[in-house]
Amino acid sequence: MKEGTVVEWLVEEGADISHGDELVEVESEKINNAVEAPTSGVLRRRVAKEGDVLPVGDLLGVIADSDVPDSDIEAFVEEFQSTFVPEEEDAGGPAPETVEVGGRSIQYLAMDETDSGTPLILIPGYGGDINIFVFNQETLSQDRAVYAIDMPGHGGSEKEVGDGSLDFFAGVVNGFMEEKGIGRAHLAGHSMGGAIASVFTLDNPDKVASLTLFASAGFGEEINSEYIEAFIAANKRKDMKAALQRLFADPSLVTRDLVADILAYKRKDGVNESLRTVADSVFADGKQSRVIDASKLGVPILAVWGDDDKIVPSSHSKNLPDDAKVETIENKGHMVQMEAAGPTNRVVSEFLSRVE
Amino acid sequence: MARTISYMAAINEAMAQEMERDPTVIVFGEDNVGGTGSPGEIDAWGGVMGVTKGLHGKFPNQIMDTPISESAFIGAAAGAACSGLRPVAELMFVDFMGVCFDQIFNQAAKFKYMFGGKAKTPMVIRTMYGAGIRAASQHSQTLYPIFTHIPGLKVVVPSNPYDAKGLMISAIRDDDPVIFLENKVQYAEEGEVPEESYTVPFAEADIVREGDDVTLVAIGRMVNMAKEAAESLSGDGIECEIIDPRTLSPLDDETIFESVENTGRLVVVDESNPRCSIASDIVAMVSQNCFSDLKSAPQMVTAPHVPPPFSGVLEDLYVPDAERVAAAVKATTGAGATA
Repeated sequence: MKEGTVVEWLVEEGADISHGDELVEVESEKINNAVEAPTSGVLRRRVAKEGDVLPVGDLLGVIADSDVPDSDIEAFVEEFQSTFVPEEEDAGGPAPETVEVGGRSIQYLAMDETDSGTPLILIPGYGGDINIFVFNQETLSQDRAVYAIDMPGHGGSEKEVGDGSLDFFAGVVNGFMEEKGIGRAHLAGHSMGGAIASVFTLDNPDKVASLTLFASAGFGEEINSEYIEAFIAANKRKDMKAALQRLFADPSLVTRDLVADILAYKRKDGVNESLRTVADSVFADGKQSRVIDASKLGVPILAVWGDDDKIVPSSHSKNLPDDAKVETIENKGHMVQMEAAGPTNRVVSEFLSRVE
Repeated sequence: MARTISYMAAINEAMAQEMERDPTVIVFGEDNVGGTGSPGEIDAWGGVMGVTKGLHGKFPNQIMDTPISESAFIGAAAGAACSGLRPVAELMFVDFMGVCFDQIFNQAAKFKYMFGGKAKTPMVIRTMYGAGIRAASQHSQTLYPIFTHIPGLKVVVPSNPYDAKGLMISAIRDDDPVIFLENKVQYAEEGEVPEESYTVPFAEADIVREGDDVTLVAIGRMVNMAKEAAESLSGDGIECEIIDPRTLSPLDDETIFESVENTGRLVVVDESNPRCSIASDIVAMVSQNCFSDLKSAPQMVTAPHVPPPFSGVLEDLYVPDAERVAAAVKATTGAGATA
């Protein structure tokens, strides 16, 4: 993400706002998202105008207490605008790297400038890649190193997926940790990635500090197999857009670029075959093949679900142990960590620091 | 960052990956290996512009040079395709296609139909089109409308390196004869292209840019002109939706119609001569299917109805440019002079 278009302000100038309130809707290359207030106070200035295209890091508005004089606000805006330099295009944060795991090339994105604390590993779900954590990884990396991994058959990793089972993918996570010298980590997975993280935890309890499950598979039989089949079948823009829209509570969030990126991935040789293999293993006969006995996980668990999840029902959180923390977010869909990035990041940060 | 390579390298890589994957994929044409019979010149040339350069070293048994007899080797390609091979024949300039129309129009395009669907003809004819390199009238024409007119042929015109590779792989894997048109001015153009093999499907137009005011359909190299015009028009508050059909046969008319239903205005940019062109074809289809959506008369931006000139000054005027595209867009909005 290098720039964004200011779509619409959601609050008026002069309004009292609290930390986490949605302030302004911004359209990036991939998805529309609301920018949340990083602090509480009064929205004193809406500096960005609707329709502006701004680089990452530019000034959207000014929040301050009501007793700060207008002249100070104006001086701040002027000072910011006269000194602000957008980041160079090519310096847009860390780039994905690859590592050999069990003879397969695995792509991952490391944000490891902070190495205090136990690292966090992010595992995308079926058909997804590291980009699904685009709104989470940087924020979460303020406290610890965070790695997002493309599973085989997905993103920029090797296409071949073995038997396509959860055990196979859990083995890749294990191999990745060994290659990177990570002895113990917090694991967080989205959808099938949550099931992979859970299977890994059952096999390697000593290596897991905690489990964070975003709209996780693995805790009930139901799965929207129509979505799975539509995703595999879609080879044209219109079909793919319709499939992807099921992932969000607000279908308008699916942009042309998101659809184009997923199609470019799907059109690579071997991808559809791998997706088929995984679906036949993990989601055979229209249901989830493996329901994990959550009482055997034995690590602190956080589950985040959107209550409008059309892929894996949020009611599956009832199958988690009583001491699991469950956060259900209203009016959000399966991609809850994208659609409600701010609240998700807050609850995850708080959970990880508590169980550290 | 994804890897960046040229339009030419993208086409070369597509052929190499398909030759590697499938030994029945063969490549031939004039000087495709090198200067035949010239000692030390093996693999030196690689076709007129060097698109097949390097293939002979990797696949010596799957590439050969042909005599300068287009009717013979295009006929050979049709025959090879009917008997189990997947030939990719290069016919230097599309302007030379006339001598083998019988092989293309009456043989390759008709086999499947005449033999009741029992024959397949998986051949690709690669060829260059377009003006811009001072190569005069017999080396500069944009003749894709002629092939689009013939049922049984597929016609592909990639506008960028990513599409060039994916469409070439689709063309080679397709079981029907495909005319694959490469713009000679674009060979050096760079773009992001994955290293892996991938396909871009036929009959799916690319929406290059979204906009609500005017639908701009542009073909091949003209997509660049449309993009340039759209950027400048955006400054005037006119937002163009640019549609690149990518394949002219089959044509994704649905995407064009849906866009016009939204914008109500159409401009087609086509480097061909205007009569019986893709521009006139699309304008006709839109007029027939979206008449009640249209807010103004559709516009065509094409070459004039004359041969491509040799004079550089005249050739530069011959090819549509961003300025002419912008003028046509303004004409549809009533905001300026007609094109």
